[in-house]
Amino acid sequence: METTLINRKDAKLSLAHLYVGFIAVLLGGIAGLLQTFVRSGAITLPAGIGYYQLLTAHGVLLALVFTTYFIIGFLYSGISKTTGTLAEGPRKLGWAGYYVMTTGTVITTIMILTNDASVLYTFYAPLQASPWFYIGLALVVIGSWISGAGMFRQYRNWKKANPGQLSPLFSFMAVMTMLLWLIATLGVAATVVLQLIPWSFGWVDTINVLLSRTLFWYFGHPLVYFWLLPAYICWYVIIPKIIGGKIFSDSLARLSFVLFLLFSIPVGFHHQLLESGVSHTWKFIQVTLTFMVIVPSLMTAFSLFATFELSGRQKGARGLFGWVKKLPWKDARFFAPFMGMLIFIPAGAGGIINASNQLNQVIHNTLWVTGHFHLTVATSVALTFFGIAYWLIPHLTGRTLTKKINLLANIQTIIWVVGMAMMSGAMHTVGLLGAPRRTAYTTYGDYPDALGWIPYEVAMAVGGSFLFIGILVLIYIVVHLSFFAPKGVEAYPIGEVADQAERTPTILENWKLWIGVCIALILFAYTIPIMEIIENAPPGSPGFRLW
Amino acid sequence: MHMHKYEKIWLVFGGITLIVFLSVIGVSAFAMGHHPPSDMTTIDPEKVKETAPFDDPGLKKIGDNEYEAVMVAQAFMFGEPLEVPKGATVHFKVTSADVVHGFSIPGTNVNMMITPGHINTITHKFDEAGEFLIICNEYCGVGHQAMSGKIEVN
Repeated sequence: METTLINRKDAKLSLAHLYVGFIAVLLGGIAGLLQTFVRSGAITLPAGIGYYQLLTAHGVLLALVFTTYFIIGFLYSGISKTTGTLAEGPRKLGWAGYYVMTTGTVITTIMILTNDASVLYTFYAPLQASPWFYIGLALVVIGSWISGAGMFRQYRNWKKANPGQLSPLFSFMAVMTMLLWLIATLGVAATVVLQLIPWSFGWVDTINVLLSRTLFWYFGHPLVYFWLLPAYICWYVIIPKIIGGKIFSDSLARLSFVLFLLFSIPVGFHHQLLESGVSHTWKFIQVTLTFMVIVPSLMTAFSLFATFELSGRQKGARGLFGWVKKLPWKDARFFAPFMGMLIFIPAGAGGIINASNQLNQVIHNTLWVTGHFHLTVATSVALTFFGIAYWLIPHLTGRTLTKKINLLANIQTIIWVVGMAMMSGAMHTVGLLGAPRRTAYTTYGDYPDALGWIPYEVAMAVGGSFLFIGILVLIYIVVHLSFFAPKGVEAYPIGEVADQAERTPTILENWKLWIGVCIALILFAYTIPIMEIIENAPPGSPGFRLW
Repeated sequence: MHMHKYEKIWLVFGGITLIVFLSVIGVSAFAMGHHPPSDMTTIDPEKVKETAPFDDPGLKKIGDNEYEAVMVAQAFMFGEPLEVPKGATVHFKVTSADVVHGFSIPGTNVNMMITPGHINTITHKFDEAGEFLIICNEYCGVGHQAMSGKIEVN
């Protein structure tokens, strides 16, 4: 049993991030619950609150705020654990990033609350929010860059102090995650700072809509990998330790992260398959690159189940599937992330459908898509993050995960899976029937097809209610682990590499090489289409406030 | 880098499915012409109503049971209902007079984005009689949930 805690100053930095993240979960969850009731026609909103205002809050708080804060908090803690206590510089950068991000989050939230930014979390121009909404978002991104710089510095310090040595796997993966984020956010920063802010202040009259959308989706797809990679860190590095096994292969883990960096960015057009102004040849090229991500995904699935089987057999499991029984099903630190992994199988298959040139036509902008990312980010990623929180929060607060809370956490996982199966299942099905996403209660004048969607929307509300109960249980656990659980030492599980695993080739840690290949792929996939978008640009669009 | 035998088999299997998937999509797109809507025509988004053909939107007969439907999507409508005979092939030509809209007909494969400054086109053959609903499936403002149009197929 590990008995050392990470440095208390580092713990404080991580905790500050986690708390903001979980406050966002509570607020975003309330918005989500209300949305499902409005959409199914069960209630109408009081006090002039708009459905689309709630939807904006839900998306911003959960998809942007919760994820980013949790990820940065988690990565800082793991870097402190694996490379040693943070140096003064990286820790200061961590706090600076935290304050810049939090300032941005507060500004953005105020703009949503005052109904000056009901543009949803994708803020597609030419719907025009208050400039302060965009400034708030820009500050969140800039803050995250500062935090990333802190992690890069800590990593570089470690490399300097340990010349020629392979970096700890966790720190390598953390650096890869923040590098992916840095390269990806350049696109959204470009459209926010160069297009949306000057336009919303009225310094320029019009905006190039297609360019703005393209820059957004250059960022929008790697964004989902920014959510996923920290979950993969848990699956690759943390879970083997929890189940009493070893990491199957250090080099395969690193290789898969390299491939995620390369193939998650030059693929944004698969979100724009149905729009004009981008030629179908470039759409097809990016669809091809999108599919490459299947390779590291399959590698990840293989490594994880290899770890499960090997550890099960070491514990004496026999037969083809005997090792399944040896997994610690009652341990919430394993059970929650495992359910996340399991759900990633249908979620990933759905993603392949979405990215397929022609099939996309059937599901684009229907509730199917909403159902899809409630499986990926809101289940696979979210359950993994919850599973991390169950040991990370007590580790940071110097408390312990008790048996009672562990049981409650397992109940939370079951509530979540049941609720999501109902909600996401209904969303997928009704999406195939054509029901649009991001739409308030409507029957389109009692049109028969639209009336047929209502029962599914009721199922969504029932599932949403389960999920909200799940959020209340989660918040209870988080508060308990933060302030009331018995004092003690909760282990920070970091897996070790299996003895029979091969030595990791140093080329996998050649950052210049991978950044170079990554940039080359981006230039290949985007240079010509973006030149076309700029050269063939129609006159720009003025802003509209249609809410 | 050394890989476990089973992992090699697994990755080869994955690689083959990948090639099969991409071939299916590629052949369907480039040999059979099933491209997603990708019209490259542009228009001044502030002068939609003075620009042909959108100065005179509606249904035009262009051949034997073949029609062109010129439509302007704007908050929160698609224009007058259309009426076509059963078996008609309709070429939809749509642009936006304000923000981004969606254009989808549930129960068919008609689904495309309408971005201001651009024209988008899609073709559909209505083999069955009945009433079809055109809906906006991209958030466009407070009345988005009411934005719909009708096609009567007789």
